[in-house]
Amino acid sequence: MAGVGGGNDFQWCFSQVKGAIDEDVAEADIISTVEFNYSGELLATGDKGGRVVIFQREQESKNRPHSRGEYNVYSTFQSHEPEFDYLKSLEIEEKINKIRWLPQQNAAHSLLSTNDKTIKLWKISERDKRAEGYNLKDEDGRLRDPFRITSLRVPVLLPMDLMVEASPRRIFANAHTYHINSISVNSDHETYLSADDLRVNLWHLEITDRSFNIVDIKPANMEELTEVITAAECHPHQCNVFVYSSSKGTIRLCDTRAAALCDRQSKFFEEPEDPSSRSFFSEIISSISDVKFSHSGRYMMTRDYLSVKVWDLNMENRPVETYQVHEYLRSKLCSLYENDCIFDKFECCWSGSDSAIMTGSYNNFFRMFDRNTRRDVTLEASRENSKPRAILKPRKVSTGGKRKKDEISVDSLDFNKKILHTAWHPKENVIAVAATNNLYIFQDKIN
Amino acid sequence: MFPKGTKRKFSDSGDEPAVGGEDMNQPSSVAVRMLSSYSLQRQALLDMSLIKLQLCHMLVEPNLCRSVLIANTVRQIQEEMTQDGTWQIMTQALSAANAAAQCSAERLVATEVLCRQTEAAQGEQVPKPFPAVGSEGCPAEEEEEVVVEEEEEGEGGVTMSTVSSQAPTTYLPGTFGMDPCWEEETEEDEDSEECGSGSEEGDSDRLVEDSRTAEQVFGTFEIKNPAPSPDPALEELFSDVDASYYDLDTVLTGIQSVPKMGPYDLLESLSSHGPSPLSSSTSCRSDLNELDHIMEIIVGS
Repeated sequence: MAGVGGGNDFQWCFSQVKGAIDEDVAEADIISTVEFNYSGELLATGDKGGRVVIFQREQESKNRPHSRGEYNVYSTFQSHEPEFDYLKSLEIEEKINKIRWLPQQNAAHSLLSTNDKTIKLWKISERDKRAEGYNLKDEDGRLRDPFRITSLRVPVLLPMDLMVEASPRRIFANAHTYHINSISVNSDHETYLSADDLRVNLWHLEITDRSFNIVDIKPANMEELTEVITAAECHPHQCNVFVYSSSKGTIRLCDTRAAALCDRQSKFFEEPEDPSSRSFFSEIISSISDVKFSHSGRYMMTRDYLSVKVWDLNMENRPVETYQVHEYLRSKLCSLYENDCIFDKFECCWSGSDSAIMTGSYNNFFRMFDRNTRRDVTLEASRENSKPRAILKPRKVSTGGKRKKDEISVDSLDFNKKILHTAWHPKENVIAVAATNNLYIFQDKIN
Repeated sequence: MFPKGTKRKFSDSGDEPAVGGEDMNQPSSVAVRMLSSYSLQRQALLDMSLIKLQLCHMLVEPNLCRSVLIANTVRQIQEEMTQDGTWQIMTQALSAANAAAQCSAERLVATEVLCRQTEAAQGEQVPKPFPAVGSEGCPAEEEEEVVVEEEEEGEGGVTMSTVSSQAPTTYLPGTFGMDPCWEEETEEDEDSEECGSGSEEGDSDRLVEDSRTAEQVFGTFEIKNPAPSPDPALEELFSDVDASYYDLDTVLTGIQSVPKMGPYDLLESLSSHGPSPLSSSTSCRSDLNELDHIMEIIVGS
């Protein structure tokens, strides 16, 4: 069966699943972000309880050349704690909204994690040696009496069990009045941007007490507010370019060289509305929930409620490709509005070569689109398909009256099982899919 | 949320052409039925949206994106309803229902509220006394006058959603329920230059903005559900006091659980009228007793 991702014999197989099995899902365990690092060796997840779990890929064993290394827990730490804003009498959730890795500059790994209000830079370092034979203190740490010391010795380094430590190196706080929805590391590796509902700020990684406000769409009179920022990202190669998307389905590309305050965009991307499909929900479903540049930097992808669109940065008036994720939901928009599902923010991601894109849906389904072959596939992240190296069977939602065998009808879809966060390994065909409190890892099986 | 009479009224007016014309009886009734079904759906969507705006998490700040999208949907529906005339019918029905339920003084408050919203819609932030309201004349007429003004506003393209942030909001969640909050907000209106231009927003500014956000979102349905008016005894009482009692006013409104806006703005407007036409000697006496009682509570604590 032809699959997606490159090549005709391509198929996706189950690799691993992380997380508790039981039906009762603790709110704090719900995964809220997933991100591979630059090499793909590390995979980070953040959850609603403010914790970050980092998985590391084990070295490929020579015994099983076809099976890639598995991801095992490398480090777990509490990134954010719940806070209380005394002035507004409101809680600040500890939920991790985004994790972004920094390029590795030394033996340690660094990442940025953010909740609604505060961004933190965490350094994750390994320690596998300890020093023994100090002059001034004993092995158990007690200070030695200086008068008792008769000779000097040189401490020696002895191996110890690997310890992975995470320490917060920078805390970037108090710069956002509204809820942070995006962070993005710049290609200069010195700065990064953070975006909330109404503003985008530019930070220097070394400086925590200042940030530059580069976009501000807050109206003078809040009564006139009709549009908010939903996502923002730095261009992967041009450090002066970034984009931000809005709740009205528009994307603005800005150049920081043009002005200090990038209120006037350099490019404005918007697809003209199809008047025949206009409804009261048109604006809501056009709201962009995620925007991602391609690795090449030539394209960008946006996710709205029902579709994924690929844009050529040189063409502003319409996307070059549009993929329907779950068009069968268009007739259900009223119910989805009632149960708030219409406000779900799905993310999307590119494959390492930009040849395929992936995004999530409901019922633990996720969708992949091959841009070259124009083929798409629907797969499911479920425990039933979780035998090692089991090939994932494509799923189908029946839209017509007749439901074929193995198809699932729209009304049977579980809207509580939503896949909002997915990530694709930067170099290989390995994907991580977050299904509520479980993290599924799938990889390709080349025949 | 809406009196049943609203829907009945609309369908009545909708059925009239069908009943009246015999020639086009069949097609027009079908069209009317389809139109009614669409209107009902639209009404249901409006109701749903307004409920969504009201119910928000008390502990955590509501999602601004979601609120903005719902508010835009409400505005869209309101615009459409204004264009096809259902909006006026609904507001009329509501004001009539409101008027029937309450006494004259309270109705005046309602008109005051409506007028204030009109002025705010014109972009004026400073509360102004409503020029023509007096106690003389039939309250019902005044009611209609105001409603007519609203209609004109509506037809002129001013959507209800831009209507005041100062309207009483009994639906406001407790987040913004602290009266000092409200005080800051009204002050913000008048001192918008000072507060708004600050580089780093002050705490009050943030408070104000967030309550403003909620105001903007919640303010859209104020027209349809004017808040139950404040105790008329209180109003009469405070109409004669000077500015130094404003703080007392908020404390008392807090105690009385009265909607935040009413007494304060009413106070300003009524005091500028000179001797209030609402007060009478007998009610003053009982009100003074009430005031004594309240003062005891405050001083006692």
